[in-house]
Amino acid sequence: MTLSLRTIVPAAVLVLLGLVPVIAGAIDEPFYIDLFSRMLILAIGASSLNLLLGYGGMVSFGHAVYLGIGAYVVGIFSFHSVEDGIEWMASGYVQIPAALIASAVFGLIIGAISLRTRGVYFIMITLAFAQMVYFLGVGIEYYGADDGLTLYGRSEFGDWLDLNESSTLYYVCFVALLLTLFVSYKLINSRFGIAIRSIKSNERRTRAIGIPSYRYRLTCFVIAATICGFAGALLANRTDFVSPDMMHWTRSGDLIIMVVLGGMGTLFGPLLGTVGFLLVEEILSSYTEYWQLFFGPLLILIVIFGKGGIDGLIQALANLVERKPKAAAQSRDGA
Amino acid sequence: MLEVKGMQKRFGGIVATDNVHIDVVKGEIHAIIGPNGAGKTTLINQLSGEMKSDTGTVLFDGSDITRESASSRSLLGLARSFQITSIFQDFTAEDNVALAVQAHDGHSFRFWKPARSDARLRQPARTALEKVGLAERADIVASNLSHGEQRQLEIAMALATQPKMLLLDEPMAGMGTLESGRMVDTLKSLKGDITILLIEHDMDAVFALADRITVLVYGRAIATGSPDEIRANEDVRQAYLGDDHA
Repeated sequence: MTLSLRTIVPAAVLVLLGLVPVIAGAIDEPFYIDLFSRMLILAIGASSLNLLLGYGGMVSFGHAVYLGIGAYVVGIFSFHSVEDGIEWMASGYVQIPAALIASAVFGLIIGAISLRTRGVYFIMITLAFAQMVYFLGVGIEYYGADDGLTLYGRSEFGDWLDLNESSTLYYVCFVALLLTLFVSYKLINSRFGIAIRSIKSNERRTRAIGIPSYRYRLTCFVIAATICGFAGALLANRTDFVSPDMMHWTRSGDLIIMVVLGGMGTLFGPLLGTVGFLLVEEILSSYTEYWQLFFGPLLILIVIFGKGGIDGLIQALANLVERKPKAAAQSRDGA
Repeated sequence: MLEVKGMQKRFGGIVATDNVHIDVVKGEIHAIIGPNGAGKTTLINQLSGEMKSDTGTVLFDGSDITRESASSRSLLGLARSFQITSIFQDFTAEDNVALAVQAHDGHSFRFWKPARSDARLRQPARTALEKVGLAERADIVASNLSHGEQRQLEIAMALATQPKMLLLDEPMAGMGTLESGRMVDTLKSLKGDITILLIEHDMDAVFALADRITVLVYGRAIATGSPDEIRANEDVRQAYLGDDHA
């Protein structure tokens, strides 16, 4: 892999994100740690959705449901650890695996049924499942219904890792994001990843070639759900609060926007999209409460003119800078 | 090699495949010809397992595959090409073929090792590309290949699965004389090693390649025989070949 603008920009973004607690400490604005930790967590969620949307061609319109499930597992465990005095339920070593398993199981059930459909039906059925879980959350009085559930405490990992320390939590999220990107990178270039991408490219042909597409799509769906559940568990810790709102369908829409904005089917696209989305939201909403009125057109412009989202824009910029060598290379190909 | 008995397919009131019996002998090139709408592609879709038959059985290499899915038929060694070019447009030529190799090299539940530098996939892919004369175009993205090259690529993909038998749906469709000449050469070079069921409109190609020919009209196989027998057959002349001279 040559060092191109397309890798330099995300690398720079990651370095800056890694420095956020340092910078926030220096300028005494701890609020930024909070803002950017949300960014990291949603970037994990968007990256997981990208596995479906960008690489697998599966437009899941209910992906935020796994954020909610991961978050609720942490919330519910924390609830019982105090209400019923079950101490081990406060442990992060229990909560995180439980969150992963729960989202994997939901992903398996939802995926197994949804993936029997295609196109618009797939979009609708994933949305329907997400709404079912959403209303389940709204309906269960015991866990706060639509008021949500305030965490009694964050996941406990022992003395060496105190999530109540905001910069510690931040770096846990940061490492989790790096891990997600690394795993995604390995995954999409493995045989499994190639199979998933071939299904997106031409499913009929993939089957004719001897790859039973359904089980690969389903596996991809479960992996994406699990990673997103992980993000949800982090989100609960960051917010100290879980509510059905986390899995509202507009949250799923936000995740799709982040992926599309950054560039579908690119490793760093979802990260760039999430950073772009949340920064624009933050800046615009400080001027007006109708910030979405301006965000909408901006999004349309980027989708129309920046084919491939932010990643595509960077690529276009890189081509502009290196126009001469690029043109020479092309004429060589043609010869 | 491939024995089809009493195969039937109806679409509403139309009988697309009407009680067809075909027996393809190991090592031969068996062509199926017939006017447009005779049900040739439907037949291939049934044989490849993409379309369920209403009745009939299919024996492949001695075993009954009537109920096998498209992907498992492919794994058993029955590969197909498509009438309308069907490749992975955004993959390079070599990636296309490597995928076919991968599909037949056990399952693809391998999540870690990079596939693009896996010699187990790349080596056979190269070999298959060489067989169809595309070795020099290996790194070109498939959508940038010429139509003829794409058709050759399809054959390479089918070959990479090391099939016992190929189902080719109009491999010369839309080709110029030069390109279809190359395709005839490619198919000739495979003759004997791989059994081929060939659907083709290009009569020169069919008569140059086929050991035996079956004529399909309105879903019914009206005649089967050597190229000479088919040429001489009166029914065939009337139903099909004769159209040109009428």
